[in-house]
Amino acid sequence: MNKIWFWVPIVAGFFALLPFVAGDFYVNLGSQMMIAAIFALSLNLLVGYGGLTSLGHAAFLGVAAYLSAWFTTRAGFGHGTAALLSIIGTTMCAALFGLIALRASGLGFLMITLALSQVLWGLAYRWVSVTNGDNGMAGLTRPMPFGISIESAASFYWFALIVTVAAFVLITVFVSSAFGVSLKGTRDQSRRMAALGFNVWMIRWITFIYAGFWGGIAGLIYVYYNKYIHPTSLSITSSAEGLLGVIAGGSGTLVGPIVGSVLVTFLKNYASSYIDRWNMLLGFVFMFIVIVMPDGIVPGIRRLAGRLKEPRK
Amino acid sequence: MTAQNDIYALEIVRLNKSFVGLPVTQDVSMTVRPGERRLLLGPNGAGKTTLFNQITGEILPNSGQIKLFGQDVTKLKPHQRAHLGLSRTYQIITLFQNDTLQHNVAFGLLGLMPARWNFFRPMSQHILVEARRVLGLVGLEHLADRPISEIAYGEKRRVEIAMALAQKPKVLLLDEPLAGLSSAERNTIKKLIADIPRETSLVMIEHDMDTALDLAETITLLHYGKVIIDGMRDAVIADERAREVYLGH
Amino acid sequence: MPMQFWIIQSLNSLALGGLLFLLASGFSLIFGLMRIANLTHGAFFMLGAYFGATALRSFDWIDLWVAAIGSGLALAVIGGFLERFVLRKLGNNPQGQVLVTLGMSFIISDACLVIWGGDPIPIPTPHALQAPTFLFGFAFPTYRLVLVGCAIAVAIALYLLLERTRLGAMIRAGVDDMQMTRAIGIPISRLFTVVFCLGAGVAGMGGVLGGPILSAYPGLDADMLPLALIVVILGGVGSLVGAFLGSFIIGFTYTFGSALFPDLAYVILFLPMIIIIAFRPQGLFGRRAS
Repeated sequence: MNKIWFWVPIVAGFFALLPFVAGDFYVNLGSQMMIAAIFALSLNLLVGYGGLTSLGHAAFLGVAAYLSAWFTTRAGFGHGTAALLSIIGTTMCAALFGLIALRASGLGFLMITLALSQVLWGLAYRWVSVTNGDNGMAGLTRPMPFGISIESAASFYWFALIVTVAAFVLITVFVSSAFGVSLKGTRDQSRRMAALGFNVWMIRWITFIYAGFWGGIAGLIYVYYNKYIHPTSLSITSSAEGLLGVIAGGSGTLVGPIVGSVLVTFLKNYASSYIDRWNMLLGFVFMFIVIVMPDGIVPGIRRLAGRLKEPRK
Repeated sequence: MTAQNDIYALEIVRLNKSFVGLPVTQDVSMTVRPGERRLLLGPNGAGKTTLFNQITGEILPNSGQIKLFGQDVTKLKPHQRAHLGLSRTYQIITLFQNDTLQHNVAFGLLGLMPARWNFFRPMSQHILVEARRVLGLVGLEHLADRPISEIAYGEKRRVEIAMALAQKPKVLLLDEPLAGLSSAERNTIKKLIADIPRETSLVMIEHDMDTALDLAETITLLHYGKVIIDGMRDAVIADERAREVYLGH
Repeated sequence: MPMQFWIIQSLNSLALGGLLFLLASGFSLIFGLMRIANLTHGAFFMLGAYFGATALRSFDWIDLWVAAIGSGLALAVIGGFLERFVLRKLGNNPQGQVLVTLGMSFIISDACLVIWGGDPIPIPTPHALQAPTFLFGFAFPTYRLVLVGCAIAVAIALYLLLERTRLGAMIRAGVDDMQMTRAIGIPISRLFTVVFCLGAGVAGMGGVLGGPILSAYPGLDADMLPLALIVVILGGVGSLVGAFLGSFIIGFTYTFGSALFPDLAYVILFLPMIIIIAFRPQGLFGRRAS
């Protein structure tokens, strides 16, 4: 635990150097990786620590992004108010979805989260008067936190990095807390946890809401970065990318989702600049990861390192 | 007897439950006084574990009532009943495989503490210390830092009991605590159970007669979900019907 | 609103309900027996539509019915391969299985885009069914009537298969109690393949039969899969009757929702689902997992 707090500033500081050594293309890629990382970190709360595989997490990213776009362009609010309202709205949406989806667990939960997010996806396409449908909402602006412009690639990257570090720290505190430990307990033995006096349903619901909150934060940064929002951000592909990041990196580990999302984002950019067949590649990578390394990269490396250490004993 | 003693630790009133038309609990009534040691007997499929599951609230009965210390808990969730002093162990080991013994027992403590809702701080040191102490009671303190997956089956049985004991329950349901153990291990567990303080009422399912009858004061005999006999140990053992259903063969 | 509107929309609802049944029944049976949420199911439906469209374009002698049966068979084979060579490997990892079917659906839908391009490919209505049918003084699109008939015929066929045949008895036993079924010596492994092929085949056939209304287009899978999911959540997994009833409930909800409140049709889909999940989480005809 303390080891992590030692490494966070060092690694963050290291990442902060990127704009000094790389061009705008890579700095922007870095920003996208940060957004994907926040998103995967939030999804990992459910998938990794709660044992609740959600296939609809993009709903929260999309809702926050659309709300922010709507509040700033249609309702004429400033960025600060819009951000606050968007996050409150998204968190309330998560609370509602959680009420519905947590009537089930396992595959039922997965199907309901998928169905709910697909309903929002369809809504984003069809409710043209509000969402502008397939054209998406364009002409959005970036906020100026504390009066500082984040228009340039580098400044936005640092902004995204700060939020990512905050997300990592706060999510780590959450899963290491007594509550987080109980959450892992409900994942491993939900019956026993209930018999021991834990309110399993409430633990899951709170986690669902917290995950929705961070999914919303990811959505805000996402819409600030793109200055544009389209229904595809809510699509199952978007949810699946996040899930792939979590699983590829190692679900239920602290840094796994970050490693996984860095990889997925890199792959996505690489693929779309050369072969333009991202969905197919995503499908193949998915099947590869699930069949060949279901534990993910971080646990895989840890196991490998353990094996190297072992003979010395 | 004073008025206080009139309140049963556990009272079951005319409980009924059926699965897809198949009755598994039929009109079962049973009372357990504070501090009583009761043995629940019956052949396989008699509905003993199902009765436990209804007492803890994992399964809801179709009709009837369950009371803990006079309070009707029939509609309460399992975690709410735990907070009223009900605890149980499982016939099939239900532990947290990848966590340490200490951590497992700590779950038992945390479950009843407000600290389980703390989102910011890890489990406090004194929970862990207390967990170690309870592990000491079942003779496993030396393994406290090992994960469950590395210890022997008999030791897991003891962790099951330690988890329940950590909660200092008022009513403890033990579901076949001796299942699958060697005779040496059985004696260890038997002693453990015998040492449980009288503040805890016990209801135990157990097939190992030699051990179980020593521990029991009262016996309820179930057969096809019905109570056949209910009474003091010696009276039940002597009863003709008990021999027919269970003890005879 | 004129009477004609209500009647036509009702027929449209029935037609959509019929198509949904062709999709959802297989999904539900596969889930009920194998505990696999087969997210490739929408892609099977779309692939069926493309196969049918291609066959109808390429060969004059093929009509819609032949194309539907041919597509069904082709999808059954593809489904069989997926089950035998991929899903089988992940036997006791239900989450892994879902993710693999998800990956497979991405691959199939992107492959369709590569092969058939981004423009919709229409599937023509058979000549004989193009003229409207007049009943009680109202004009009905004949094909939709026939489509509803087809769906009902498939429903009856599936029902008879499940209730009246040895194979059906084995499937029902498997849905009820897997361990017991295995214990009495029923070849579960082969049963899984059969059910998966059957489900994929019916979905593929549904894609072709839906063609004259929906045509084959990229994204058809993503449009249909959530509707099928909602149907199954509503009806209860593993229940044919549930899938049947759920299909028509969603068919009506979605069609009338789209006609009356075009913007919010998707939100209206929520309602039956929320009501059911709130009061009967296992679905209308589902059994509560023990």
